[in-house]
Amino acid sequence: MAENVWILGIHMTKFGKHPDLDTVDLGAQAARGALGDAGLHMRDVGVLAAGNLMRAAASFGQQLQKQIGQTGIPVFNVANACATGATALRVAIMAIRAGEADVGLAVGVEKLSGAGLLAGGTTKEQGDTWSPQGRFGAVAPLDGRIGTETMPGVFAQIGMEYGHKYGGADFELFARISEKNHAHSTLNPLASYQKRFTLEQIMNDVMVAYPNTRPMCSANCDGGAAAVVVSESKLRTLSLEQQRRAVKISASVLTSDPWQEACQVLPDVNTLTRAAANQAYEQAGVGPDDLDLVELHDCFATAELVHYDNLRLCPPGGAVDFFNSGATWRDGTTPVNVSGGLESKGHPVSATGIANIWEIATHLRGEAGDRQIEGARVGLAHVIGLGSACGVHILEKAAA
Amino acid sequence: MSERVPLVDYLVLTGTPHLTAHECTACGARYFDRRNACAACEADVFRVVDVPTEGELRAFTIVSYAAPGIPVPFVAGVVDCGGTSVRANVVNVPADPEHVRVGMKLRLTTVPLGADAAGTEAVGFGFEPAG
Ligand SMILES: [Zn+2]
Repeated sequence: MAENVWILGIHMTKFGKHPDLDTVDLGAQAARGALGDAGLHMRDVGVLAAGNLMRAAASFGQQLQKQIGQTGIPVFNVANACATGATALRVAIMAIRAGEADVGLAVGVEKLSGAGLLAGGTTKEQGDTWSPQGRFGAVAPLDGRIGTETMPGVFAQIGMEYGHKYGGADFELFARISEKNHAHSTLNPLASYQKRFTLEQIMNDVMVAYPNTRPMCSANCDGGAAAVVVSESKLRTLSLEQQRRAVKISASVLTSDPWQEACQVLPDVNTLTRAAANQAYEQAGVGPDDLDLVELHDCFATAELVHYDNLRLCPPGGAVDFFNSGATWRDGTTPVNVSGGLESKGHPVSATGIANIWEIATHLRGEAGDRQIEGARVGLAHVIGLGSACGVHILEKAAA
Repeated sequence: MSERVPLVDYLVLTGTPHLTAHECTACGARYFDRRNACAACEADVFRVVDVPTEGELRAFTIVSYAAPGIPVPFVAGVVDCGGTSVRANVVNVPADPEHVRVGMKLRLTTVPLGADAAGTEAVGFGFEPAG
């Protein structure tokens, strides 16, 4: 039986615009913040997992070491779409569970300020003559000619499909989800945007891909997040104060999408999320009713709705009623995205999967300030990257 | 009449225009692109089958921001054609939520994409309301 793994230190930079910091600067800020929080140094760390997508071929982890400490330890540079940060953390956790290290550092960072729409894959230049290329023998780019590959459009369809299947989800309902997350963000000083929007403002804003208007889409921004994880036996050698603030990783799961009819026509974000959630609840020995807060991947307002169901926060098909009951507001029974979520906190892709963990850990430590969920003991963090990859982590407060 | 080429190789323009799919002979899974092996069952024998030209809209969005050269707004969706899901634009209908609804009946139609320097015309496809 592999031993438990704990978060000893964790840090998230301010999300937003950082014109004076490059990718490595942001990563260094996150990593040194996490090490400081843990009370450890790079020389204590046995494995580094580093996530960055925009410069995925640049050995970001080694560049980071040159700024914070080159100690010769193995570096795993990971890239897994929007689940990159969670994947980095998962790698560090696996190394500890395998007994290869007793301290691991996971870092995720992205510079996305000013980036446009996150589009899909098959774009190609149009030449002077129509000539078939690629696996579809396409003579022109397919995005926009055969449906859409843009992220707002893909996730819009995923929400619309759920809404049609179970009823009750219209434009206004999706806008209300966004209204909640923006309202939550006003209490989070690290969020990119801390602005409350009225329902009318959200619905009348620029339509990007119906039913997602601009405030219903995740915000491109710069940011970094990092976590120091340790084995339980290592934790027991540390100070009582370190042990008191440590957060138990009760479940760490990463899935990809199993084959389903149509999954290569419209990405199926449901099946792999359900699988990850089921495995995580099993590993942790807790159920959805035990969760005091959830950070889930609201890359678009339409995505948040389906994940209520996928994470089993509500009965199958019951996401609309669940939301309408007020359950997911910060004073509800299962607060969701009290950080403001990706729609207002922001979505610096590779940082997101660790930033969500930071949010949960901060509440479990009782250190979330004005937005503290009182008495929080168990929380779940979920991310999904199209392609697809899904990370689910369940965290628990240290026993008093 | 000048030469025509389909936008993708799974669009057949001869006779009544229709789509084809690579169907796994072992499990029946269907794919629009060429395959090394079946993602569902790992078998590696496929046959080409015709996809029904009529179907029902399963999901849609109305895209207002798209790649250069794509007229907006346009309706993108997934059409259930007799059990085979097809990604396509919904065409010949106003691009607003009053005129497009999940569950509406649709049929395949072709969409001219223009001619290249040699005068060859590319032809795409979309789905339009069926009656
Ligand atoms: Zn098969």
